[in-house]
Amino acid sequence: MTRATFVAFLSHWWRNKLQLAMLLAGLALATALWSGVQALNTEARAAYATAEALLSEDGAAQLEHPSGQMAQDRFVELRRAGWLVSPVLEGRADLGETRVTLIGIEPLTAPPGAGPALAAQDLEGFVAGTGFAHPQTLREIGTSALDLRPSNAVPVGSVLVDIGTAQRLLETDRISHLTVNPDQPAGLRPLNEVAPDLRRIPPGEGAELGGLTESFHLNLTAFGLLSFAVGLFIVHSAVGLAFEQRRGMFRTLRALGLPLRVLTLALVAEMLVFALIAGAAGLVLGHVLASLLMPDVALTLRGLYGAPVPGALQFNPQWALAGLGMTLAGTAIAGGQALWRLWHLPVLAPARPRAWAQASRRGLRVQAGIALALGLVALILALRPEGGLVAGFALLAAALLAAALAVPVLLSAMLSVAERRARGPLAQWFWADSRQNLPRLSLALMALMLALAANIGVGTMVASFRATFIDWLDLRLVAEVNVLPANAEEAARLEPFLAARTDAVLPMLRIDATLEGQPGQVYAMKDHATFRDNWPLIAPVPQVWDRLAAGEGVLVNEQLYRRAGLDPGADRLALPGQDPLPVLGAYPDYGNPLAQAVIALPRFQDAYPGAPVRQFALRTDNPQALIAALQDEFGLSAAQITDQAQAKELSMAIFERTFVITRALNVLTLSVAALALFAALVTLAGMRLTQLAPLWALGLTPRHLAGLELARALVLGALTLLLALPVGLMLAQVLLAVINVQAFGWRLPLQVFPGDWARLALWAGLAVLAAASLPALRLWRDGPAQLLRGFAHER
Amino acid sequence: MTALALEHIHKSFPSAEGPVPVLRGVSMTLAPGTAHALTGESGSGKSTLLHIAAGLETADAGDVRVAGTALGALDEAGRAALRRGRVGLVFQQFNLIPSLNVAANLAFQARLAGRYDAGFVAHLTARLGLDGLGARYPEQLSGGQVQRVAIGRCLAARPELVLADEPTGNLDEATGDRVLDLMLELTAEAGAALLLVTHSPRLAARCDTRHHLRAGLLEDTA
Ligand SMILES: Nc1ncnc2c1ncn2[C@@H]1O[C@H](COP(=O)(O)OP(=O)(O)OP(=O)(O)O)[C@@H](O)[C@H]1O
Ligand SMILES: [Mg+2]
Repeated sequence: MTRATFVAFLSHWWRNKLQLAMLLAGLALATALWSGVQALNTEARAAYATAEALLSEDGAAQLEHPSGQMAQDRFVELRRAGWLVSPVLEGRADLGETRVTLIGIEPLTAPPGAGPALAAQDLEGFVAGTGFAHPQTLREIGTSALDLRPSNAVPVGSVLVDIGTAQRLLETDRISHLTVNPDQPAGLRPLNEVAPDLRRIPPGEGAELGGLTESFHLNLTAFGLLSFAVGLFIVHSAVGLAFEQRRGMFRTLRALGLPLRVLTLALVAEMLVFALIAGAAGLVLGHVLASLLMPDVALTLRGLYGAPVPGALQFNPQWALAGLGMTLAGTAIAGGQALWRLWHLPVLAPARPRAWAQASRRGLRVQAGIALALGLVALILALRPEGGLVAGFALLAAALLAAALAVPVLLSAMLSVAERRARGPLAQWFWADSRQNLPRLSLALMALMLALAANIGVGTMVASFRATFIDWLDLRLVAEVNVLPANAEEAARLEPFLAARTDAVLPMLRIDATLEGQPGQVYAMKDHATFRDNWPLIAPVPQVWDRLAAGEGVLVNEQLYRRAGLDPGADRLALPGQDPLPVLGAYPDYGNPLAQAVIALPRFQDAYPGAPVRQFALRTDNPQALIAALQDEFGLSAAQITDQAQAKELSMAIFERTFVITRALNVLTLSVAALALFAALVTLAGMRLTQLAPLWALGLTPRHLAGLELARALVLGALTLLLALPVGLMLAQVLLAVINVQAFGWRLPLQVFPGDWARLALWAGLAVLAAASLPALRLWRDGPAQLLRGFAHER
Repeated sequence: MTALALEHIHKSFPSAEGPVPVLRGVSMTLAPGTAHALTGESGSGKSTLLHIAAGLETADAGDVRVAGTALGALDEAGRAALRRGRVGLVFQQFNLIPSLNVAANLAFQARLAGRYDAGFVAHLTARLGLDGLGARYPEQLSGGQVQRVAIGRCLAARPELVLADEPTGNLDEATGDRVLDLMLELTAEAGAALLLVTHSPRLAARCDTRHHLRAGLLEDTA
């Protein structure tokens, strides 16, 4: 009996291959988008863990000098005092074809970690100059003077060498910091007595890549979830259609005495098989998708956060299993309704489309109620913006869900207004019929609305950001030429020359520091019109530039200003080795994950005498001549000199990269929504024959009917877009005013770009047309044959 | 002029074993105002013949003329226009447009044909006993009411030819008889020709002419 049931079940799919394809495609796509995003996240997080494990397994504290470096003697001094410390030197150097971060360690004294373990493989060779790098870094370097070996334990973009090798390559005899072994002998003199000028940084701080990038990953996850939900709409409509079409078969099987239990089991088994097949295909697809996106994600993470993430994807069973789990759960959600209907199926139920419509009108009222309640929740969350990032996303989720649930309610209202205003009989029928069939399309239209709103919202956010960012770059990058001295000696040699040859030399000095508990940097600023005239300030105190120049206070970046809730004029900020200074104002600092503070140059040099000049920003009327002179007289390499145009290009490139992923996911979500609409329309087409047949008999051609079906899809698409517009703008506003502030620490003004909407409308129209054309084409082509059946059969 | 003229209609359907002939040279003529019954066993081709007369299906060979117009010369759009303006169709089920209420359904074809006459529709509504049901939707009607609305809708457009395929097949005998009575009366009143497919010899007997379809050919009885 069970076998016979299965044969009956499967025969349905055999006869409805398109539907089967739709179901599998929906499931596979949902799985692919979700697992693809998870793969990206997993890979990136694994890379952060690698980076943190390199120097120490269990996390060792670090000792730093405020200037960012110290003499090697400090190491010897502390070892003599009995402290188990080990020197580390980090610096950027050109190696082969690329620029890498050299990480020099001292393998004999280093605390246990992945790096020392590598060195221990061949200690003599390591001390003699062998290094280790990630295979990807090795490829980027090509050939170099160093003997380099591949290892996945080294973060991408870094090269692990002996500290002596690093000092040789970086042309210095100093070190960057000391790692403190977690296990120390008893009875030592406390560190603040042995080395009072060194700052102890507890393990895990300073290298908080995980924390910094959390918002990025949260963004990705949110998008993955959205795509997954949209994919489930497809599955839902395919499963729903299969149920509707087999209603007669179920009824017959029940009437023949098949227990409900066996039927249920058969349905569940069927869905399980589909979920596993499509899930497996989805994982493969997700892996391909993630591999395609990984290079961009890696570039973004490196550009935005300096996070060393490889551009290639490794297979990881963790996300594969998680992805499959989501597929099964999603199938259960999508198929649950079919099961519910199976249990409540009267053994003899006539097909009554309007009864269906009326039942769903009651459902519509409930839905409107839920939408209203969720809208209220969103409103409350919006009025209390201090809830943090999670609250921000909760606000988004509540608002989007409310809007999605409201879609059928609003569309129904719009259609009934149109119906009442319609004049001709056909127009009247068109609107009435659209409204009647709305319940079967509403899920797909909700998916479409979400996809369109996401497009508008994210598009507006990116475009607003872009416009603001470009304006800001123009103000910020006023220096005609920037020069990066290779080391302190070169900086010292360059300075008098530059002073004579330019209108202004603006040296850039900085130290790393913890500001209000956040990883950050303190910069020096020379008093100059370049800054006074160009830097836009948020909430500055009166005479802000004069007071800054006089060393009376500090400027902070917007990130620090917002995260720490600093109030210029009232609050003070503690800097390392100084008494807290009054905060004088804040400046926008887009794209920087770190907290930043700026003080006057003389004050900086007093407080941090050892800090080297890292860059000179130069004002000149003749940049080309200056660049030529620098190259000729000082032998500076091209990489050490950037002109204004190059600097802008570099910044814009980083900006564009930040949103590559967002854009790609946007397009994918819209495509999936179009597929969902297609699935729903194919579903509907099968059920509409008995609704259309009378019209045909009354003298409408199949061609006319097909045209009306297309028009209906377009009208519904257009109305959905109309609803998506305010939702998208709301989304953009939340992204700009809540999520960005929480995640990145900057707030941007909302700008509106109607041209983008027109483009989106065009794309959406094409997507809707593509989705509606196959059912319409079928109606047109085999119309009579199909429609005749409309009279003969009950569905 | 005749309302419907069928001449030597042939029709076969493809099957796995080659084409199966259903109609093998059927001819009939319907004068305006006359009622014809078409009987035959299940599967004998009655519906097929009716569909061909309505231009819903095309014959393999033979001529069809509706109110003097040859269907063979028309394309799909032409046949649809002819149906709209001159032919009324009533089927056993799925006659009404589910998304429109009774009033809109009744007026639909007449408005489509540009021949809507509120007075006439009101008259038909009263005659068909449908007063007070205008705001209801099809699924809120009984089977007999649905068929009466279908008849009213078809007659409201003042067709010259009414084609009915077992219009009372889903109804009980008493209701079916009442509906058919109305149909005969009203088509006669309107001067339209009626071709009625039925299984019931009793109903067939009430028409002016009876045609019996067997083995693809007509056996006529007066
Ligand atoms: N589209 C089709 N394809 C193949 N065969 C068809 C098609 N339509 C009808 N037939 C066949 O043509 C024959 C006549 O069908 P038709 O529906 O005209 O019979 P009928 O006399 O109306 O029967 P009933 O009284 O049961 O309604 C049947 O054998 C049927 O199987
Ligand atoms: Mg029949």
